[in-house]
Amino acid sequence: MNDMIIEVKDLHKTFIRKDTGTELKVLQGISTGIRKGEKIAVIGPSGSGKSTFLRCLNRMEEPTSGVITFNGEDITSPKCDINLVRRKMCMVFQHFHLFPHLTVRKNLTLAPVDLKLMTQDEADARAHELLSRVGLADKIDEWPDRLSGGQKQRVAIARALAMNPDVLLFDEPTSALDPEMIGEVLDVMKELADSGMTMYLVTHEMGFAHQVADRILFIDKGIISEEGTPDEVFDHPKQPRTIEFLSKVLRR
Amino acid sequence: MTMKSNLSHQKGAGRGDILLGLVGLFLLYLLYDSGFFTAEAWADFNRRFYQNFVKDSRYMMLVDGLKATVFMTSGATVIGVIVGLILSVIRVAYKGGVPIPILNKFAEAYISVLRGTPAMVQLLIWNFTIFASARDLNTQYIAILAFGLNSGAYVAEIFRGGIESIDPGQMEAARSLGLSYGSSMRHVILPQALRNVVPMLFNEFIALLKETSIAGYIGIDDLTRAGQNIQALTLEHSQPLVMVAIIYLIIVLFLTHLVRKLENWLSRGKRG
Repeated sequence: MNDMIIEVKDLHKTFIRKDTGTELKVLQGISTGIRKGEKIAVIGPSGSGKSTFLRCLNRMEEPTSGVITFNGEDITSPKCDINLVRRKMCMVFQHFHLFPHLTVRKNLTLAPVDLKLMTQDEADARAHELLSRVGLADKIDEWPDRLSGGQKQRVAIARALAMNPDVLLFDEPTSALDPEMIGEVLDVMKELADSGMTMYLVTHEMGFAHQVADRILFIDKGIISEEGTPDEVFDHPKQPRTIEFLSKVLRR
Repeated sequence: MTMKSNLSHQKGAGRGDILLGLVGLFLLYLLYDSGFFTAEAWADFNRRFYQNFVKDSRYMMLVDGLKATVFMTSGATVIGVIVGLILSVIRVAYKGGVPIPILNKFAEAYISVLRGTPAMVQLLIWNFTIFASARDLNTQYIAILAFGLNSGAYVAEIFRGGIESIDPGQMEAARSLGLSYGSSMRHVILPQALRNVVPMLFNEFIALLKETSIAGYIGIDDLTRAGQNIQALTLEHSQPLVMVAIIYLIIVLFLTHLVRKLENWLSRGKRG
């Protein structure tokens, strides 16, 4: 168990609506984990809690209860400095969230330089290297608003990589893209996966999940209702909910 | 975003409208003042104009008054922007989960008290109560403080609107890279918010310029008071104050014109 990077025990997340006080139990006891170099795809119906699960891992959402350990450290404890954790567990968002007032270069170098992990020169060199890797070296001095959706997401991936993270969390990275741009982003992610990056991927791209993931988590109604290798989950699903969900999304 | 587009959609006065307005105003005044365009009335107007503005270099009173007005407005704007920025960040940070309940309460109270009482009353309190014993202090500095702290309450709301208009995803993205709340605010949120509120800050500056016309109540010879001082010397009832009004109007129209240019420039600068 030593090579586990993230371990999650009995994770619960309940949202309370401020105006009515109604409780919404989004996560109801999730226990799982990810090994170094492992790629896990999280699938499930919308509203099932898969994005919330991902956002609890780096405490973008505060877990209601449960324990999450990252490299052996309990990151749900009050003593944990979550900023240090996030440097090593970066997130790629559905809507990219590039910083529009900064050039692509500055988008990549802001955090490493501000956190004094690199000098501006080192960060610039690293930015150039990473942008080459995602095929956008010529866009280094471009403004984000001048880029296409696919290019933005590739920059966002490069921005996350600039922190040299141990794990990358992808929160539906292709869901906001025009269909013709999905391929270029998936190519980058495939290359990342092949290079041994540890990845959590919340996605609706079943084909890509099948191709890249080592393990599939099917989350439904706040619990992992089925998990296994892509072959097990996609080709021989056991749970009725999984069968129903897959029949709906794979019919296309 | 929405605030800015609202502003930039206002069709404002161009250079021609400004000139037309000025000429019209002046004509109206002439009509009112002289009744008819007789030679006697015109001569009388000229004589009084000489009395009011030319004799003994009385126009210098207006120039000095204008200097005081601009000095107070500029000083108050600087204080207002600094105070407003601090107050707005406190309120936004508290809302965003930073545990500063006491500071937040203070900011809320500050804003409601200073916005809920007349600027004039605040000015009088600063001068005659709080700084009552500091008689060797230049009253203009007291006015700058009073106007600046008052303006800060309004600027705070401008900034807060600007910060809250930024997509929450920006903060999330910055935090997800390990940046602290403060760093994210400083490097990611505030630069974008500032850009959105620059036109409104400029408008606040213009409002302040007019608001300083009450400075005469604590004995400052600002532009308005200079007009009154001329009145007292020449026993003339209308020309000095109308001149004062025209000077304010020219400055305000000019600044409004600048804001519009600025808005256009900012929206052009917005890429995409």
